[in-house]
Amino acid sequence: MKMVLTTEQQAILDGQKGQVMAKIMKSLVVFGETFGAEKMVPVTSKYGHLVTSFGLTFLKPVHELMDQLIQSGAISGQKFSVDPRPMDKKVPSNLLQDALFKFMYSKQKPYEKQLKQLGLLNDDAFTCTCYLDEVGNKPKKGEYLSWAESSAVVFANSVLGARCNRNSGIFELFGSIVGCVPYFGLLTDEGRKASWIIEVKTDKKPEAQILGSAIGMKVMEDVPYIKGLDKFIGTEINDNTITYLKDFGAATASNGAVGLYHIDNLTPDAKELGESLIKEDANVYVIDDAELERVKNSYPCIWKDPNAAPKMCFLGCPHMSYSQLIDWTERVESSLELAGNKKVLIPTIFTTSPAVLEKFKATNYYKRLKKTGVIVSYICPLMYMDNPLCHNMPVITSSNKLRTYTSSRFYTEDEILKIITKGVK
Amino acid sequence: MKEFKGRVVIPGKVSADALVTKQGFNTLASMQMMFIDKKTKCVDQNNHDIYKKQIKGKALCLPQTIGSTTGGMILYCAASLERQPACLLFSKPIDSLAAAGSILADIWTENSMPTIDCLGDEFLEYVKTGMKIIIKDDGVVVVE
Repeated sequence: MKMVLTTEQQAILDGQKGQVMAKIMKSLVVFGETFGAEKMVPVTSKYGHLVTSFGLTFLKPVHELMDQLIQSGAISGQKFSVDPRPMDKKVPSNLLQDALFKFMYSKQKPYEKQLKQLGLLNDDAFTCTCYLDEVGNKPKKGEYLSWAESSAVVFANSVLGARCNRNSGIFELFGSIVGCVPYFGLLTDEGRKASWIIEVKTDKKPEAQILGSAIGMKVMEDVPYIKGLDKFIGTEINDNTITYLKDFGAATASNGAVGLYHIDNLTPDAKELGESLIKEDANVYVIDDAELERVKNSYPCIWKDPNAAPKMCFLGCPHMSYSQLIDWTERVESSLELAGNKKVLIPTIFTTSPAVLEKFKATNYYKRLKKTGVIVSYICPLMYMDNPLCHNMPVITSSNKLRTYTSSRFYTEDEILKIITKGVK
Repeated sequence: MKEFKGRVVIPGKVSADALVTKQGFNTLASMQMMFIDKKTKCVDQNNHDIYKKQIKGKALCLPQTIGSTTGGMILYCAASLERQPACLLFSKPIDSLAAAGSILADIWTENSMPTIDCLGDEFLEYVKTGMKIIIKDDGVVVVE
């Protein structure tokens, strides 16, 4: 299948805007043709979002590619946000880790300079939750995006009704540079139809991170239509559902490859089109409490000593929302009081976007949370963990994404609360 | 010996030993240590099929890739650093992240990763880690 390009797109492909632009267009054309795309569509969102935010010393090929783009004038036609920064002095680390981080991320400053040259939105636009109101990169229903970051793509598609494929890092920038993306997959009505029906039959509200993990591992990259969840989380998109779906979606995308889900009576496509979104021969996956327990128990623990006492706790992968920070402040305070403790018993880091952090800092909740010993940071916990030194640390988390990519161990939110406030496993 | 026919995504002739994962290949989780490990051993704790096995130079046989959208960029970096799989052989239609990685390697580096998809479930049932793989013309994959 050959794509039909506009005169302008063909001119770029033919090299009329230089060889680098031609290679960018060629990459997108080959990409589109691989998936049967017949045309490109314009990127219609105001902003882009990039996944590569870290100036990792070893990422020389990416830095060199960025230089090629900048030198040839191939910069983004739209401003973009980008995933979180990798380092923050507030997050505890020992001398060896400090030295390693300094070495690993030695290219952070020059890389951020490259991002600015390419179209970075602002100095604080570093978060995986760019779609939250405080950050302001919130696309509208039906807009075509050229984004990467699996958790942001699945949120934009599912909760906001925007249209974006699961683009890879580098490719998302290519789309923002030339201003168009191949029309296939989750951009099309047909590609947004569900080939799985998920029947949630639990007795209580399922933990977002485990439900997402179970669905991701089952459906892989397919689109699931989820029934029975609105009973627990409601039929309106509000702060609570945004927080729930943010964590749920990240787990579907990292434990599987889900780029879009529909929730009966809740998400915009499902509200508009209902069960007509389900394909005729859709598979069915029933999830009850026992199934969630089975999935949770299937997670391996790769700590050297599985019985080791946790040395650190991360919450906020993806970055925590404002209401989540408020909620957790109250939960930590209350649990500490019940246990007769004043501060959390292990170093505990809540991660959030710079914009949400700024809003949170302006409230009394920030002082209250600080008093409990919890540290709030803007970093990406994955980048903190992703090195041989941290691989040996017994770190706990309620994030199924962090568990998947690092040696951290997953616990439910209630279990995490007990461990950090009461020292109980 | 058995032959399987798929669709050519990135052409090229290859002869290499198979490395087989029957579950989705999480590119970031599997290859994140390639920057300091020249053999690019798999470090994905969730993948019992290939955990701790060398990826570099192997004919990676898989259903599809999963996980982070850094996936294509990771494959591109692997190709730039000459630490990439010899080829990618998919039983299912290729996913967008793997396709991006294969295309970036082909257009933006000197180290192409020939890629064939749609080889069918039977391919993944038949092939075992360590078997010899030869990619011939027109998407024909020989498993010895």
